[in-house]
Order: sequence, then structure tokens, then C-alpha cells
Amino acid sequence: MKKKTLLIIITIFVLFCFVVLLKGLSNSNIYVPNTKIGKQLLSFKAKKLLNNEEVISDELFFENKIYLLNLWASWCVPCRTEHHILMQLSSNPSIRIIGLNYKDDLTNAKKFINQMGNPYSEIIIDKDGTISIDLGAYGIPETFIIDKNKIILKKFVGPINDQSLKEIESLLK
Amino acid sequence: MKYLKFIILFIFCFFSFFANAENLNNELLNKISKNIRCLICQGQSVYDSQSDFAVSMKLVIKKKLEEGSTESQIYEYLKNQYGEWIIYDPEFNKNTFFLWLFPIFIFVVGVWLIIRKIKFYKL
Amino acid sequence: MFFSQLGYYSLIFGLILSFALIPIAYKDLKIINNSINPNIFIIISLQLFTVLLSFISLIVSFINSDFSNETVYNNSHTTKPLFYKISGTWGNHEGSLLLCLLVLILFIFIFLLTSKKEPKKYQIFTLLFQQIIIVGFFLFLLLVSNPFNYLLPIPVEGLGLNPILQDPILAIHPPILYLGYIGSSIIFSSSLAAITQNYVDNKWAKNLKNWVFISWIFLTIGIMLGSIWAYYELGWGGFWFWDPVENISLMPWLCLTALIHSIIVLEKRSLLASWTLILSIASFTLSMCGTFLVRSGILNSVHTFANDPKRGIFILIFLFVLILGSLFIFFVLHKPKKEEQKNFLFSKETSILLNNWFMMYFLSVVLIGTVYPIFLEVIANEKISVGPPFYNKLLIPFLIPFFIFMTIGPNTKWIKDNFKLINLRLILLFIISIFLSYLILSKTGSRGLFTTVLIGSSLYLLFITVKDFFIKNQINLSQKISHFGFSLLILSIIVNGIFSSEVITNIKVGEKYNFKHGSIYFEKINSFKEKNYMSVVGTFKIKDRNNKEIYLKPELRIFNQPIMITSEADIKTSFYSDKFLVMNLVKGNEFYNIRYQTKPFMIWIWLSTILLVTGGLVNFLNKERK
Repeated sequence: MKKKTLLIIITIFVLFCFVVLLKGLSNSNIYVPNTKIGKQLLSFKAKKLLNNEEVISDELFFENKIYLLNLWASWCVPCRTEHHILMQLSSNPSIRIIGLNYKDDLTNAKKFINQMGNPYSEIIIDKDGTISIDLGAYGIPETFIIDKNKIILKKFVGPINDQSLKEIESLLK
Repeated sequence: MKYLKFIILFIFCFFSFFANAENLNNELLNKISKNIRCLICQGQSVYDSQSDFAVSMKLVIKKKLEEGSTESQIYEYLKNQYGEWIIYDPEFNKNTFFLWLFPIFIFVVGVWLIIRKIKFYKL
Repeated sequence: MFFSQLGYYSLIFGLILSFALIPIAYKDLKIINNSINPNIFIIISLQLFTVLLSFISLIVSFINSDFSNETVYNNSHTTKPLFYKISGTWGNHEGSLLLCLLVLILFIFIFLLTSKKEPKKYQIFTLLFQQIIIVGFFLFLLLVSNPFNYLLPIPVEGLGLNPILQDPILAIHPPILYLGYIGSSIIFSSSLAAITQNYVDNKWAKNLKNWVFISWIFLTIGIMLGSIWAYYELGWGGFWFWDPVENISLMPWLCLTALIHSIIVLEKRSLLASWTLILSIASFTLSMCGTFLVRSGILNSVHTFANDPKRGIFILIFLFVLILGSLFIFFVLHKPKKEEQKNFLFSKETSILLNNWFMMYFLSVVLIGTVYPIFLEVIANEKISVGPPFYNKLLIPFLIPFFIFMTIGPNTKWIKDNFKLINLRLILLFIISIFLSYLILSKTGSRGLFTTVLIGSSLYLLFITVKDFFIKNQINLSQKISHFGFSLLILSIIVNGIFSSEVITNIKVGEKYNFKHGSIYFEKINSFKEKNYMSVVGTFKIKDRNNKEIYLKPELRIFNQPIMITSEADIKTSFYSDKFLVMNLVKGNEFYNIRYQTKPFMIWIWLSTILLVTGGLVNFLNKERK
């Protein structure tokens, strides 16, 4: 009797593992931690790119609009692929796009903007990357969607593509 | 003359205190960054990695240590930013009971199984 | 094109042979004689031939850079050196599976050749169980991992030119590892066969022991090669990271090590039959779990192959069919021979039980650390990391009692030994070891009681294993060599772990960096154009505290196809320690980031592993002598 119960217990356990692993397979492997979603953006200080003025982040999010906080750099290749979408979005009156220039050479950054167009209502600098870590960012490109109360609604890791564009547009409604 | 020696000694101690504090901070920085996962690398710690993320992370940790944060406060901060998986050392909480206790359980079961198989007679 | 066809149809033919084999083998079971129907041999030889043909066809496709073959396209390139074109055959998912299939058939072929004296039905059942695994692999290959898929139009150039993968050690590390993993398939199949035939006894153990050693030897060498590669090539100066894929090779290794010991008990004393069976089944199961975890995409790691969910599902189902099937056979069909008696406290049987107990504990730590994050994520949607601190905390403290037991166990007699608990000489030796350890540690700043005892007991183990060489009998030479190798290995790892030191800094040409144990002077930097990369070599003069100078020249390789920079460390090896220097670019700067490490006893880690393996090899020589 003892043997049979042991066999049944082990079989159930094995089947349990099987189901868990099966489910695990279908889970996406690209883990984007959503720890910051729903939380308020922490206050930080930064300098503006174009006139070197220092601002506190709260000052940037003063309008009653949806904000895109986009992390970029002139040396970042995928940033170029999403740039035209950002330009498109910048013409939308209910959005403001704020650029966070990440670990970049200022001259190159300005050149990038001059050449590719400026979708940003304001550009601030993160010279050593520490502000990005305060935001919970991985790297670039990365885009945060923030509402007027400075709550982080969503985060896109990687360049914005048509799919993310649709999600942004649905958030605007 | 004596005064001068005193002052020099005092200044020396003052600076060596800070030098020591910086050494301690450096050691702590190394210890912490070895325990943090580099999120854009494959299986490297922040200590081992030279990627942008890792370099910035080390700066952040250094700044926080200089501001006086303790090791656990820094881990808390990072967990808030990135989730628990950024820390390599799984702490012992409700999520990880089974993780830590399972091997101990096996060890104890082993003792029981072995004792069953041994004759403890007087030799 | 032709070779792809040849390879593909050879595989199909091989699969058909499996199906042909089953009825013939089944009929032969009914015939009561002492030898297997020679037709079976013919079919197995034929099957071996067809799969070998298939594998060679794939190699030829790689050599010819036949990009009409999708696998070749994905993993090769016309400018790859010939050696790497060939090794590229098994460096990818499909090719490696084909190699595994080949080894599966090769091993059962050898098994049949060398087991002629074994009971006939046992041989046939082993063949049948092995064929179940073989058919599984055939189906996996043909259905979801075909190495011979067509690509039309035929691409002009291939994709596979990752320079990191073009390394001699990396070329042979996988095949040797597969020999270890697949070697355990024979152990699995023959264990199930032995159960059905009620043949789980000392004679069976004697025959199976060789296969356990073969599998164990290859697995040990495979793991060692992986660590050597990581140390020399990855640039972090480490050789073990508790990366999930490394753990996956360690788990069957722990199981096989335990099995070596328990099968000796079964052979010599006819005890621990059920436990030996469990270990046998577990070893292969762990190997297959490993295959699943690596190739299904469920784990994130440096080692993972390209992900395809269909593959994952297939392996998962296959794996659980094997597990449930073997569970069923074990529980329902296995009839333990008699009420197994209890052992005396001081006996070799008990010592081996202790060994197995610790091995299983270590195995449980590695197992839970590797799979727990997966389970937690699915069940609770929480993602955690289990890294080196977890393994260190749970494993290292248990090493101390393990060492102590290991100094006593191997020399205990079978059945009953008179153990003088108070053996003055041994206790004195132990105290000396602790004292030596204390001396060594105090040179570098004391590290506390625990570390002292850890190194002390490791030293003590080393002394005992050396002392055992002077006991005058040739029996167990294999054991003595392996145990000595193991004690040296573990001591080297501990010492290396505790006494390694490093400095990391950013430095410019012409600058000198001073640190506690010496100085580094960045003399110059040179660039050369090599065949497919630009080589940037930095010359560094390292002075240590005793003013001894060495030159280290780490290199950066800048490839333009694909665009990639790799860093090659320069390592100066001596018997005492390795000096390790690696250099990296700092973005947008004339500074270079350098990492200089001193790693004591590094070479002893490799040498002692070779010793460990040598002991296993000696086991085969011993037999021939008798």
C-alpha cells in the first residue's frame, strides 16, 4: 500500500511540475518590470540641453497634458528609427514630449536635433546616467508615458514602433 | 613647536579618517555591485560589467553611499526601481521560504533515511 | 543540395530502422537461448551508419558553405576558417541534436558488443528502452529541429560569424559534454531493463559501473573545458558563475558521482539496489531536464540557443513521458531482492551513504536555485534572481563536515570496521592543518574562525588523501587518485576564491596606477590589422611589492562583420598564481578601463580536475590487469 501511495503522490507532483513548466514556456521572456507603473515620478534636478539652465523636474510637467519622457542619445542607433514617430507625435496638441539626453556629447546631441528635427518641447541632460536609474530605466531608447499628476502610466523599453504608437493613442482617449 | 606637531597630527588623522571612510565605501560599493544584476547584460553583475547601465549604476550606488545610505537601504531603493530580480541574493521572505528551506529539508530527510539504515549497536 | 537530401533521407531511413527493430527484438525475447539474434546487430549497425552518414552530410554542407541549408546559413560564413566551419556543425541546436542522436546509437551499439555475457533478455530490453529515447530524438529532429531545411532562393552569404564562438575550446566543449549526458542514457535504459528482468544485483552493477564511469569522465572533462573557456575568454577572470546552464551540467555530475559510490556498494555487497536505480534514472532525467531548460527558451542565460516554443513543448512532453514511464516501471515492476539489512555504523557502506547524503543535499541546492525562479514566476508572477550568494551560503558551510567525513570514509572496511575514535596521530594532523590555515590567513589579514576551519579541514583532507598513497596496496588506486585530485581541486578553489585580488581603474597611455600590492604602468598602445579584425594591443608593465616586473598585453579586437568589439585578456600563468589583465574601451575617451587580477593556484584547479578524471580512467586499467 505504501508503495502505491508514494507513486501517486510523486505522479501528482510530477504532473504539477509539467503544468507549471508548460505555462512557463508561454510566458514572455522579455521581462519588463512594472514596478514603477502607477507610481509617481520622483523629483529630480537636471540641466537643459539648449541653454544649460537648471530645472526641477516638477516644473516640466505643469501642463494638463499627457507627457512622453523619451530617453535618447546621438550615438544610439535604434533612437534614430523611432525618431520619425516622435516627430509625428509632437504635432499632437494633447501630448508634450520631453527628451532626456543620456550620456551624450552635447555638441553631438545638438547636431542630432538640428539634423533630425526636434520633437521635444524641452530637452534635459543626464550626463552620467544617474537620473535614468532614478527613473528605473534600463538604457536607451526608453519612453515613459506620464500624466499631468506625474503618475507613470506606461513604459516602453526599446524604440517606439507602430504597435506602441497605437497604445499611446488609445491612452490619449 | 609642540602645537604644530599636534595640528599636523590632527590634520593627518582627519584626512586618514576620510581616506578610510572612502576605502570602506569602496569596499561596500564593490560588495553591493557584485550583488546587483546588470540588466542589459546576459548574466553579469554590475561589478563585472562595463556597460552604460552598469557604469551609471555604480555611480548611483557610490553617491548614495556618500550620502550615508546603508547597504540595505540601497537594496530597497533598487528593488523599488527595478524589482526584486535585480538583486542576486534572494532574501528570505514569504516568496522564498521554499527556496531556502527545501535543501535543508532534504538534508534532514537524509539524516532520517540514513539512521534507519544503521545498526547503532555497541561495537 | 545533394548532401542535404542525403542527410535528410538517411535520418528518415534511420527512424524506419527503429520501427523495424522493435518487432524483431520482441520476437527474439521469446527465443530462449544465450545470444541475441544477429539480425539485431545488423540493424543497429545499419542505423549507426545512416545517422553517421547524416551527420557527415551536415559537416560537408558546412565545409562547402552550402547556404541552401538553413542551418548552415544561420551558423556559418564563407570566411570562417575550416576548423570552425566543421565545429560549427555541432555548435547549433539542430546539429548538436544530430550529434546527440549519433552518440545515443553509438553507445547502445557498443553496449551490445560489450555485454554479450549479460543475460539476453536484459540486453534486448536495454536496447528497447534506448530505442524509445532514440525514436524520441529522431522525431524531435525531423519534426521541429530539422538540420536539413531548404532555403530558396539560396543566400549568397551566411549569418554565422560571431567571433566569440570561434574558439578551439568552445569547439570541443559541447561534444564532450554531450558524450557525458548521453552516456547516462545507457545507465537509464539498462536500469529499466534490469528492473523488468529482476536483474538488479551485484553482477549487473559490475557491468553497469563502466558506463557510469564513462559518462562521469566525459561530463567532468566537459565541465572543466567550459570553465577553462570562461576563464580564458570571457574576461572576468572567473570560471564558475552559477549560471543556469552551468548548473544544468553540474546536477547530473553530482548524481553520477553519488552513483559511482552507490554502485560500488551494490557490486561489492549487494546493497542499495533501489537507491542505485533511483540515481541511475535521476542522472539521465537531469540531463534531459537540462536539455529542456536550455533549448526551450524558458531560461535566460548566456548559453541559451535560439528559442522556439514548439521545441520546448516537444522536449517537455518527451521528458515527462520518460519520467512518468520510469516511475511506473520502478514502482510497479521493481521487486527489491530481500529485506536489506542494516549496516554497521563504522563501515564503508555507511560512509558511502554519508557521501550520497551530502551529494543529494548539494544537488538539491543547485536544483532548487536553478528552477525555483521559473516556478515562482509562473505561480506568483514574481521574478527573483538566485545568484552566487545563495549557492555560497548554502553550500560552503556544509563542506566542512563533508571534508571530515571524507577523511574517514574511504578507508573504512566493508561491513564492519574498528574505528578508534581517538586516533592521536589523526587528531594531531588535524590540529596542524588548522594551525597552518591560521598562519596562511593571518598573512593576508585574518578572516575569522569559519574560514580558518574551512581551509584547515580542506588541508587536512589533502594530507589524508596523500597519506593514503603510502598505504601498501594497489587496490583502489583509482579511488586514491580521484580522491587526491578532488581534495586538491577543492582546496585550490577555496584558496583561489579567498586570496584572489583585483584592481579596476581607468588609465591613459603613459599613466601609472599605484595600488596596495604594486603598480601598473600603461606603456603604449599598438594597432595591427589582422585578417578579419583590427587588433589593438596595450602594453602594461606590472610591478609587484617585491619589485618584480612582468609585462601583460591585453588585446581588443574590433570586428566589422558583424560590428563587435571583443576583449582578450592576457594571462601569465605560473604554478603559484595567475596574473590576469583585461582591457576595455571607455566610451568617447582616451582612457582604457583595465582590470588586473591576481589569482592564486589557478592552474591547480585544472590540473587537479585532470587528476580527478585520471582516477576514473585508472578504473578501466585495473580491470584489465585482473
